[in-house]
Amino acid sequence: MPEQTLAEAWGSAPAVLAVVAVGLVLGLVVAGVDRAVVSGGSGAAVEPIRSSARLLLEQRRTTLAPDRLLWRLGGTAVPVLALLSLAVVPIGGRTLWSTSADLVWFNAMEALLWAAVWLVGWGPNAVHAVTGGYRFLAQGLAYELPLMFALITAGLAAGSLRTTDVVAAQQDLWFVVTMPVAFVVFVAGAAAFAFWGPFAAPTAADIAGGVSSELSGVDRLLVEAGRAIFLGASAAMAAALFLGGGSGPWLPGPLWHLLKTLAVVAALVWIGRRLPVLRPDRTVEVGWMVLVPLTLLQALVVAVLVLTGFYA
Amino acid sequence: MTSELVLQLLLTVAAALVGVGLYGALSQQSIVMVMMGLELVLGGVLLAGGAAWFFLAPELPDAQMLVVVALVVMAVEMAMGFAVTIAIYRARQVDMVDMATDLSG
Amino acid sequence: MLSDLSGWAIAAVTVLGVLSVASGIAVFVVDSMARATFALLGSFLAVAGVLLALDLVYLAVVTALMMTIEMAIMVVFMLMFMMNPAGLMPMTMVHNARGSAVLGAGAFVVLVLGIWLIDWPTRDVSRPPDSTRQLGEAIMGSHMLVMLLIGIALFATILAGTVLATARGRYDRFGSGLDAQQPADPVPGGLPR
Repeated sequence: MPEQTLAEAWGSAPAVLAVVAVGLVLGLVVAGVDRAVVSGGSGAAVEPIRSSARLLLEQRRTTLAPDRLLWRLGGTAVPVLALLSLAVVPIGGRTLWSTSADLVWFNAMEALLWAAVWLVGWGPNAVHAVTGGYRFLAQGLAYELPLMFALITAGLAAGSLRTTDVVAAQQDLWFVVTMPVAFVVFVAGAAAFAFWGPFAAPTAADIAGGVSSELSGVDRLLVEAGRAIFLGASAAMAAALFLGGGSGPWLPGPLWHLLKTLAVVAALVWIGRRLPVLRPDRTVEVGWMVLVPLTLLQALVVAVLVLTGFYA
Repeated sequence: MTSELVLQLLLTVAAALVGVGLYGALSQQSIVMVMMGLELVLGGVLLAGGAAWFFLAPELPDAQMLVVVALVVMAVEMAMGFAVTIAIYRARQVDMVDMATDLSG
Repeated sequence: MLSDLSGWAIAAVTVLGVLSVASGIAVFVVDSMARATFALLGSFLAVAGVLLALDLVYLAVVTALMMTIEMAIMVVFMLMFMMNPAGLMPMTMVHNARGSAVLGAGAFVVLVLGIWLIDWPTRDVSRPPDSTRQLGEAIMGSHMLVMLLIGIALFATILAGTVLATARGRYDRFGSGLDAQQPADPVPGGLPR
């Protein structure tokens, strides 16, 4: 074990609580930035909290013959998976727990989202919702492989799948310099698995809100919060894997990491809200014909650089 | 509790998965359900491989490789199973094993 | 030799083992095909949890990752090919249930007899500091041949699966003379042609 984890430093329960709190704050930040970009700043800080409180109090609607067990399971899984993926994101230079396969862990939590989102669509026994669920699976086939290659590229350069090792390997040079394609693909993949922005086809208006069409009250709050936390966690992960994490002059490390995370969130929302929603049948072809070769090429370049001792 | 006992318990769980999977693969009529039974058998293999690595030979990577191979077998089985299901359904609207007994002796 | 697993880990492994078998049985008991598929996923996730407790982090998360995506695809096929997707009407689709149950139980009994009668070796073993690194070095070193064959097998599977599943050949796309400028695809795709 190279470094102390958060759980070892603070004890398990406080560390878990801290990560949950960080996740909630990140989710609120994403929702606030989103609100500011869409409607120009008015009440951006208060609005996410107010609508969360409203959803908490709202009475649940239900549908005819829903599969209640699977519906609730899927809805609860979305924020839980988002928080679990945050467990391997460094917070203040330490992760909640550190395994020898952190990057694969992050990837697996996002893969479990395939099941969760499909269940949210399947549960209510409604045609628009299940259509949205199928759209998410089709979109998943498009983004999953490029996203995996992007994650692996960062691990390849660091020679480790441990997040803290990847951050430590960027002392001299941020990875985004040598792997810009992997960085862009990772951030775009984050938007895709949070089915947000240009990748919001599973919840698009043409199917009346898709997977979220029958959600109400707490269920809607859980899914929407999960999406926002996933976006925030991915931005923090992108800052750690490609933008050097806490490295930077003058300011302390955690502050730098926070600033970089905020910058990624702002850029993601600012660009994402200016693009139209993409159709999954189009993204699949682009994913396989363009992004898979591109990310493979990126991995090849990084592999050659590793062999020449560039990162050592 | 000795590690031998834990190993035997885990292998028993794996054997139960194999037994349940075998029952499913033999008794189900739908091709897709037969595949689910086979997957369950392979899930038992995963568990047994992991237990064997931890308790019997952690200094060697061989048991880990066995788990990797079992995972690949699962992927191949799923891909080919789905492809065959689609092909046979497209050819003659059959989705049950009882209607596709051309190769039975 | 005393166990390397802590008391907590033994308890977790036991619970997860029972859970994996219980949801494995549920696969063939529940009526809803969606529930059956996700019961199978639950069984795999429990197995992944056991692997995690056994210090096989990489294999555990890869199992969870692969099986989740597999089951998400599986559920599409289940709903496509089964008559009772949501289980709103109870029905069974089995043949020779008694014989299958006897065979399944027989296999279990034979395996259990072997497991509990064999004298397992109890020796002091040296644990690698990092199981992921051990696997990676095996794949890229002593066991590279296995990985090469796996790669070829997966590639062959991709080709064979596509050939079997698709009903359209180049004559359907480009016409009987193969002279169409644009392929006639049912789904246009995202790239200019």
